[in-house]
Amino acid sequence: MYRYDELDQALVDQRVAEFRDQVRRHLAGELSEDEFRPLRLRNGLYIQRHAPMLRIAIPYGLLSSHQLRTLAGIARRYDRGYGHFTTRQNLQLNWPALADVPDILAELARVQMHAIQTSGNCVRNVTADHLAGIAADEIDDPRPYCELIRQWATLHPEFTYLPRKFKIAVTGSPEDRAASEVHDIGLQLRRDAHGELGFSVRVGGGLGRAPAIGQVIREFLPLAELFAYLQAILRIYNLHGRRDNIHKARIKVLLKSLGLERFREEVESEWQASRADAPQLTAADLERVRACFKPQPYATLADSDPNAGRESAFKAWYRYNTRPHRVPGYRAVFVSLKAHGAVPGDMTSAQMEAVADLAERVSFGLVRSTHAQNLLLADVPQHALHEVWRELTGLGLAMPNIGTLTDMIACPGLDFCSLANAGTIAVARQIQQRFDDLDYLYDLGEIEIKMSGCMNACGHHHVGHIGILGVDKHGEEWYQISLGGSANGYTALGEVIGPSVAQHEVAATVERIVETYRELRAEGERFIDTLRRVGHAPFRERAYAAHPAAA
Amino acid sequence: MRHILRRREIVADTWRYLGETVEPGGALVVPFAELRGARERWWSWTGRLGVRLSPANRVPDIADDLPRLDLVAVEFPSTGEGRGYSQARLLRERFRFRGELRAVGAGVRQDLAFLLARSGFDSLEPPEQKELAALRQALTRYDVGYQPGAALVELRRQRFFAPNASRAAAAAEAARGVPSADT
Repeated sequence: MYRYDELDQALVDQRVAEFRDQVRRHLAGELSEDEFRPLRLRNGLYIQRHAPMLRIAIPYGLLSSHQLRTLAGIARRYDRGYGHFTTRQNLQLNWPALADVPDILAELARVQMHAIQTSGNCVRNVTADHLAGIAADEIDDPRPYCELIRQWATLHPEFTYLPRKFKIAVTGSPEDRAASEVHDIGLQLRRDAHGELGFSVRVGGGLGRAPAIGQVIREFLPLAELFAYLQAILRIYNLHGRRDNIHKARIKVLLKSLGLERFREEVESEWQASRADAPQLTAADLERVRACFKPQPYATLADSDPNAGRESAFKAWYRYNTRPHRVPGYRAVFVSLKAHGAVPGDMTSAQMEAVADLAERVSFGLVRSTHAQNLLLADVPQHALHEVWRELTGLGLAMPNIGTLTDMIACPGLDFCSLANAGTIAVARQIQQRFDDLDYLYDLGEIEIKMSGCMNACGHHHVGHIGILGVDKHGEEWYQISLGGSANGYTALGEVIGPSVAQHEVAATVERIVETYRELRAEGERFIDTLRRVGHAPFRERAYAAHPAAA
Repeated sequence: MRHILRRREIVADTWRYLGETVEPGGALVVPFAELRGARERWWSWTGRLGVRLSPANRVPDIADDLPRLDLVAVEFPSTGEGRGYSQARLLRERFRFRGELRAVGAGVRQDLAFLLARSGFDSLEPPEQKELAALRQALTRYDVGYQPGAALVELRRQRFFAPNASRAAAAAEAARGVPSADT
C-alpha cells in the first residue's frame, strides 16, 4: 500500500495543527458557527443529531492492520466502541466530542490517515474497485491513480470551494465494481489501439436528487494528461456550476443545461489552453506510486478444493463470501458486516482488532473496505480458509449472505443523521428478520437492496435492484420503493413503483416483490433479469395487493 | 486609512475604489461593469487603473484591458464562494497578468489565506483591519503542497509540476530525494 513520505506526513501534520487552532478559536467564540462550518466539514466533521459525526477517509478502501487497529482504539476511546463503514469506503464515528477531534486527527496522522475532504463542497475520497489488483479481468490496478488523484486534490488551492461535493471513482476492469458511472467523474482504465494505457472519462453521474448516469466526454485520455484534464473539468465546473440552489449545484446539472456536446467543447478547449500550466503526471511520479501497489509476495500454491470434506455451513460461506483470485492457491474473503440483527456497515472495536490480527496472519496485513459496506481480506491462501471461517464465525462476521438480499446497503438514517427523513436501521432489521431463512435467501439468489434515509441517497437507493427511500409524511416515516436500478456493468436508475408504504409494511412489500419474481422467473434467471424481461407491472400490482390503504 | 496585506507586509492601501475620494492622477479601481461600459473614459484616466471583478464576471471579457491595468481585485463575498480562485488562475496563467492581484471581501479570512496565496493573489484585503496580522501569520501554516502554485507561500517541497513551471524547481525537488527530504 501507499506509504507517506516526508511531504505527505508534513501536510497532514500541518493540517491537524491548523484544525486544532480552528477548533480552539471556535470554542473561544472567535469563529462563529457559520464561519466554522465550512472548515470543519473539510475535516470530515458534521454536527449531527446526537453529537458531531466524524468521517475518516479510507483512500480507495485500503487499510493496513495497524491502521484498522488504530481506528478500533479511537472508536473505543473517543466513541462508543464501534464505527460505521460507508458507501464511499470511509469510516464514520457517531459520538465523538468536538473538543477531542483534533486529538483524534493527530492519532490518525500518526498512522498516515486523515479526515481531509470527506465532506464539504470539494473533491471527496476517491473510490475504487474492491477487487483491485486481484481481479482476473483487470487491465491495470486503479489504486495508484486513486492515490495520485488524492494527492492532487488535497488542499487544492483552486478547487476547495466548489459549487457542491465532487466524487471521483476509478476502475481498472471492464466490469465496473466501483459504480463509476454514478460519479461526478468516472475514470475507466483502458488501452488504445496501440496498447497505450489511458482512461475513458465519464462526467455528470450522481445520485441524490435528480440522479443521472455519467456520460463519456472523452474516449481515451493519455495517463500523462490526467491532472490537466481533471483540472479542465473542475475549472469549468467551478466557474459555471450553479451556486444559487444547492439542489442544482452538482456538475450533472451543468452538463445537462449545456448539453453534452457544448460541455465537451468547453472542457476540451480549456484543457488545450491550460495544459502547459497544469501539473503533468510524470512517469517518475506514476512509477513511484505504482511501486507501492506491487503484487504481494505470494507463495507458490496450487488451486485446491477447500470444500472437500467440509461441513455444509463452510461450503455456503465459501460459495457466498469468497471470490476468485488471479493467483493460484489464493482466494478473496469478505468479512460480512451484514449479520442479521446488526446494523449494516457497523463494526465494533473488538471486531476490528480481531480482523486486524487475522489480516496479519493470513492476508499480508491488509484489509479493504468495500462500497457495499463490508470488509475484504484480499489475499487469503486457500488452505487457511477453514480457519478464517471459524474465526470470523466466532466474531459474528461470517454471515454467508454476500450478494444476497440481506447484504443490503444502508445509510445511518434518522437514528443518527440530521439530514434524514426516516430511519433505516429498523427497516434493515425488519428485512433481516423476514428473510432470516438462508435457504430462502439462496433460492432468491443475487438481489441488491439499497436504502437511503433521504433524497441525498448516501445508501445509493437509485441503483438498487430494490431501492428503498425514506420520506417524511406529516411527521411519520414512510418509504418509497423503486425497482430496476443497477450500478454494475449495466448501470440503470430504478423507477418508483407507486405510493410510499408505512415503516411496518416495508419488509412485507419486499417479500411480495420477490415472491413475484419466484413465480415469474425462468430457470436460472436472476431477479434483475426477470424484472428487465417482464417489466415492472406485475411487480407493482403484487407489491400493493394486500395493501389497498397505502396513501 | 485602509491597510492591506501586500506580499507579506501590512501596508497602507494606495488604491481607491470608485466612489471613494481619489486625487486626480491617483490609483483608482472601477467595477467590471464600469470598465466595460465606458472603456475609453477609464482608459484615459491619468493615474493607475484597476478593475474589480464579481464572481460572475468573466475573465476573458477584460483580456484586452489587462495591458492598461495595474490591479485586478477579485471579490470573495463569502467563504463558500470559490469562483475567484479560478479567476485568479486564469489571470495569472492564461492571460499572464503580472500586476497586483487582490482578494477582497467577506470571504478573505485567515483560514483561506493559503489557498488564496497559492492561487496567485499577492494582496489580501480582509473585511476587517484587525484581521491583517492573523492573515499574514496564516501564510506560514503550510510549507509543503502537492500542486503547482504562486510563490507568495514558499513551499520547501512540492510534488507535481507543470511543464511551464521552472524545470529547476522540479530538479531541485528530485535532487533532494524521496522520501528522506526533510531539510
